[in-house]
Amino acid sequence: MIEFSAVHKRYPGGYEALKNVSFSVAEGELVFLLGHSGAGKSTLLKLIPLIERVNSGSVIVGGQNVSKMRPQAIPFLRRNVGQIFQDQKLLYDRSVFDNVMLPLNVTGVHPRDGARRARAALDKVGLLPREKSNPIALSGGEQQRLAIARAIVNRPSILIADEPTANLDAGYAAEIIDLFAAFSQVGVTALIATHDANAVARAAAKVKTRTIELRAGELVAGAPA
Amino acid sequence: MKAWLRLHGMAFGATLGRLAHTPFATLLNVLVIGIALALPAGAYALLMNLQQAARGVSGDPELSVFMALDAKKDEVAAIGPRLKAEALVARVEFKPREAALEDLKKNPAMGDVLVALNQNPLPDAYVVRLKSNDGDALEKLAAGIRGWPKVESVQIDSAWVRRVAAAIDLGRMAVLVLAGLLSFALLAVTFNTIRLQILTQREEIEVSKLLGATDSTIRRPFYYYGALLGLLGGGAAGLIVYAALQFMNRGVAEFSRLYASDFRLEFLPAGDLGAILAFAAILGWMGAWLSVTRHLREFEPR
Repeated sequence: MIEFSAVHKRYPGGYEALKNVSFSVAEGELVFLLGHSGAGKSTLLKLIPLIERVNSGSVIVGGQNVSKMRPQAIPFLRRNVGQIFQDQKLLYDRSVFDNVMLPLNVTGVHPRDGARRARAALDKVGLLPREKSNPIALSGGEQQRLAIARAIVNRPSILIADEPTANLDAGYAAEIIDLFAAFSQVGVTALIATHDANAVARAAAKVKTRTIELRAGELVAGAPA
Repeated sequence: MKAWLRLHGMAFGATLGRLAHTPFATLLNVLVIGIALALPAGAYALLMNLQQAARGVSGDPELSVFMALDAKKDEVAAIGPRLKAEALVARVEFKPREAALEDLKKNPAMGDVLVALNQNPLPDAYVVRLKSNDGDALEKLAAGIRGWPKVESVQIDSAWVRRVAAAIDLGRMAVLVLAGLLSFALLAVTFNTIRLQILTQREEIEVSKLLGATDSTIRRPFYYYGALLGLLGGGAAGLIVYAALQFMNRGVAEFSRLYASDFRLEFLPAGDLGAILAFAAILGWMGAWLSVTRHLREFEPR
């Protein structure tokens, strides 16, 4: 489903974020990407929906070599990759419901059908009773769940999450991990960057998981599947 | 296709919502555009009215061909067919010198003078209606006729109308230049308004791109906004011009009464008004396009 082959990523200024990274994630797998801050986890995740491009090597997502993808095709790739960002990227000028509707609005889903899907996604993460609230009124855990609802509303086959349990207390973090475990059980491929060992252990207790580890841009453990 | 139409519908709805959400700012923008467009549109309306008035005073251009006093009847008669054979000539009317004298006698001011004369001082004449108002062609035709036998003089009766027409043409060019210059004002207003909107919606644009919005999906609401702003500005210009003409008509009515005329300044015909609205909407769309093209490039999500 996701395949990295000899990927190098260098930022302007010469900083080498990823060095010769190769690994793959099979369909329906739940993979944790471990590593300290600055190890290259976020950069690696950004290469999948083409927020960043590789300098060399290749990234294949769902059978497509995205490293060579034309800019016009990128939006269609992103619709199939649910993204949960470290800073959540919620919009605070609209309701919880409207935040979840955003990915549907940009793809032209019928508003009636969209509303049904948005409510289903909110229900899945337990936020349906808060649909009219502003995200600012939600707790940290609820905001993260809202970000997850927005990521899954387009029914993507791949989910990527960057530190989804960062800044959450243990209870909220457990709720989030349980959600990813549930998605994995229904066949969603998930790649989650984290440095939270408890989160990994909790998921492993519920579903089959795998871990890979990055250190200073290099893959040090759990390489090919 | 359905999704594409739905995206357009949603973008249009969002644009209407945005316009209504900031009524004061929208009103100010519409007024600025309206005033900028009202100047050339008003000048154009005045020119149209002036042209209409000039047409009302004299219709098609005419030539008067005066024969020499010693011209014989057959020499005078030979001129008629020659005139009719000219390509520019629409109609030829012969005015015998006797009939001209009778007409003159009907004028009380001339009666005494004519009684004192022993003979008819008036020549036979042809009044020639012309098909064209082309000054050069008319001058050429008149010069040719002057060379014909026993033709004493040729007078282009509607020369002043042609001068007015030339002045109107000049005025029309001035209106075009003015419209061109003020179009930049409309472009600038739309450009800047859209720039501010892009800046205030920066976060939404970035998130939308991350979630799979195409460039055209992001650009579309701004295009609609620019076009609607232009359209509303064009409508405002129409209202301003209409109000100004109605106001001026009070003075025009007084002036016309002095000349026993019921002349009034008319508003722009529907076709011209439609053209102004379309022009304004296109300019608004162009301003939005320039602004979006210039500013959205800076918004690549990271």
